[in-house]
Amino acid sequence: MSNHLKNLKLKIWRQSGPTDSGHFENYVMDEISDEASFLEMLDVLNEGLIGENKLPVVFDHDCREGICGTCSLMINGQAHGPERSTATCQLHMRKFKSGDEIVIEPWRASAFPIIKDLMVDRSAFDRIIESGGFITAPTGGAPDANLIPIPKTVADAAMDASQCIGCGACVAACPNGAANLFTGAKIAHLNLLPQGQAERFKRTEAMVETMDEYFGSCTNHGECEAACPKEISIDVIALMNKDYRKSKLKNRKEISRT
Amino acid sequence: MTITFNSKIPAGAIGDKWATYKEDAKLVAPGNKRKFKVIVVGTGLAGASAAATMAELGYQVDVFTFHDSPRRAHSIAAQGGINAAKNYQGDGDSVHRLFYDTIKGGDFRSRESNVHRLAEVSVNIIDQMVAQGVPFAREYGGLLDNRSFGGAQVSRTFYARGQTGQQLLLGAYQQLARQIGLGNVRMFNRTELVDVVTVDDRCAGIVTRDLVNGEVVSHAAHAVVMATGGYGNVFYLSTNAMACNVTAAWRAHRKGAAFANPCYTQIHPTCIPQSDPTQSKLTLMSESLRNDGRVWVPTNADESRSADQVPEAERDYILERLYPSYGNLAPRDVSSRAAKRAVDAGLGVGPLKNGVYLDFSDAVNRLGKDVVEERYGNLFQMYERIAGENPYDVPMRIYPATHYTMGGLWVDYELMTNIPGLYAAGEANFSDHGANRLGASALMQGLADGYFVLPYTIGNYLAPMLNKPIPGTDHPAFKEAELAAAARYQGYVDIKGSRSPDYFHREVGRIIWDYCGMERTQQGLEKALSELPALYEEFQKDLRVTGDAESMNQTLEKAGRVDDFFQLGMLMCRDALEREESCGGHFRAEYQTDEGEALRNDEDFAHVAAWEWTGDPTKSIRHSEELNFEAIHLATRSYK
Repeated sequence: MSNHLKNLKLKIWRQSGPTDSGHFENYVMDEISDEASFLEMLDVLNEGLIGENKLPVVFDHDCREGICGTCSLMINGQAHGPERSTATCQLHMRKFKSGDEIVIEPWRASAFPIIKDLMVDRSAFDRIIESGGFITAPTGGAPDANLIPIPKTVADAAMDASQCIGCGACVAACPNGAANLFTGAKIAHLNLLPQGQAERFKRTEAMVETMDEYFGSCTNHGECEAACPKEISIDVIALMNKDYRKSKLKNRKEISRT
Repeated sequence: MTITFNSKIPAGAIGDKWATYKEDAKLVAPGNKRKFKVIVVGTGLAGASAAATMAELGYQVDVFTFHDSPRRAHSIAAQGGINAAKNYQGDGDSVHRLFYDTIKGGDFRSRESNVHRLAEVSVNIIDQMVAQGVPFAREYGGLLDNRSFGGAQVSRTFYARGQTGQQLLLGAYQQLARQIGLGNVRMFNRTELVDVVTVDDRCAGIVTRDLVNGEVVSHAAHAVVMATGGYGNVFYLSTNAMACNVTAAWRAHRKGAAFANPCYTQIHPTCIPQSDPTQSKLTLMSESLRNDGRVWVPTNADESRSADQVPEAERDYILERLYPSYGNLAPRDVSSRAAKRAVDAGLGVGPLKNGVYLDFSDAVNRLGKDVVEERYGNLFQMYERIAGENPYDVPMRIYPATHYTMGGLWVDYELMTNIPGLYAAGEANFSDHGANRLGASALMQGLADGYFVLPYTIGNYLAPMLNKPIPGTDHPAFKEAELAAAARYQGYVDIKGSRSPDYFHREVGRIIWDYCGMERTQQGLEKALSELPALYEEFQKDLRVTGDAESMNQTLEKAGRVDDFFQLGMLMCRDALEREESCGGHFRAEYQTDEGEALRNDEDFAHVAAWEWTGDPTKSIRHSEELNFEAIHLATRSYK
């Protein structure tokens, strides 16, 4: 049967809008089941706030299965909290104990402006994908799916990279606010596959340069990998850097040819 | 508006209908396509694929999602796989067999012509998704791997670990992102549909609310696609994401679009049982687990030993015993009811005795832990995170939960609702799964509708409208809808009662689950229909939304969605009450065989119930569309 945690001290970032300077507010959670998820704990807090005629804490969340990438939160200074390879929505209260103080903040990165309280705008990620994170394959003309055999190891490596849920924890955990893990994961996914070769270098150049417009620079701290709920390896950054270097040479040659 | 139900099924043999349709469909010349504006609401598999394809063709496309990014849509959470009649395994699969399995799985309550088309285009989907870079699972030789799923005797399911929905959605999202980057699609994030506008009996556009600043705005278009998913969250606890709702479809219904078969809801047999009253949602464990897991309960209701201590002789492998030829892969509704009966009989397992075991110990012994991990590793991890138990050591505990809704907006063969110019695709429509959907068929349908059906059928509708003006957003119908929507949301704020939207959502969910859930009775449904209006009245008087309607307010968003769930809930119960038979996911206790199986009444109910809105959710009018079975003979569905 479930146990109950008592007397949790919550310190939560409140900010009414993008221009408000924001502040921490303290709340006490008298009792919560250890079977509850972290976000269910916030649901309980919010019901209580509505009961007191106050504004509930705004936070992003949706599937609560760790796959949609909507949830976020810095919990005690860690992106997605203390459990490795776990998004906030999959974190359960059994990881905490009675009397704990829990500090809850939004993702902190200049590329992710705060909308309200704990909710941030991550649309810079969409801009990166829009610039090249795809294979141009208009509907209708695809050849038979088994026409090009793909070695299992290649398909598996592409899958490892494409598991990225686009949550932004890598950026939030990075001291520079860099998005290299996110961008590298998408580049690795597509550049590893035979279908992705035609646009490999064009894609890499466009995505890296769009990334640089919004995000900080990578200095190999590796915090991103530690924070990633899908355990995406920083190897993808090495692959991206290699292809980016090649792309600068290759694309220049192609431009001079035309 | 008077409702006419012309399903527009093309003439000819079942296998020729779609080819005939495509040959006869009117075309819009490439240079003229940019003169047409198409709105797509929702960015799941159906919405993203439809929007990307129509933008590729040259139409101007505006896309709306309430999420922060189109990549978040709930298609992303589908785990197990996607069906396609590729017959790559050489095990006897064919388009006809997939068609037959889908009709039979749907308990002969779907439209033959639509289902056959779905089976036909299924093969194109796999080609398309591989070309886009979806990393499906492969054999060592480099060819695509398949697994089998409930309700099929062939291996036709393609998968990408336990994240098939994610990988397919990212594929479709990336095609959409490409079109956004090219400027062919205008993307509206964090924007919710709050009304549909009709002018002269034709869909003229939509009204949306910006969730960040509360602004209510109109958008006019030549055609509108609702790809807005299902309504499973009417039950409060379901495997749907928190924000999944019926509002878009319901607002279309209120503007005249018929809502078909709302009582057809699917309960998924393999979810993690509820552990605590604060629980906000249930988590599904992919049905693919039933390939290697064995469902059992102890034979003794007082069993207190841990699972591994219970000897074989004291275990009841319920599905293997009841359905020997399909065993643990019996269809979802059949498996769910078997679990419910075991739990109702007091044989449930776990601290709350609210589940059955799904045991992998035989699979681990037979295949080795490595193979089991390769197949299900991420699902096992997910289970351990939520339940706090390791499924390699202790059998999983599972119980059915609401997962998918087969009912939805009525559409014809072209996926158009009875409002000209308004289309519904994916889970939002009713057309392909009848009374029960087979596993791995939702992804197939969403992508079939978006990539391969709508781009043809919408062109057929638009062609005659070339160079004819359409009403703009300054038309009084838009202004009226904007004012009404703004007033509706301000109204929730102004009630200033004492209960949160979540309180009412839980209450309405409890009534629907108890009386319109896995097993329904006349008495229970009548009770629900007397309790719901009273609770709805309380909602309208005692709702509390703090904050205002002019800024980001998640409580207010929820209030609007719960309001629509109330109205839908009443319609669901009426539909369930009037369908005096059991079929697929709709199980009426009064109509069952001596062995407790669903008993259909083909004489009176081999039809689609399509409901017309009258202004009062308890007084909707029931219309029907007869279902004709020409290619497949009506038969009792048996999985023994």
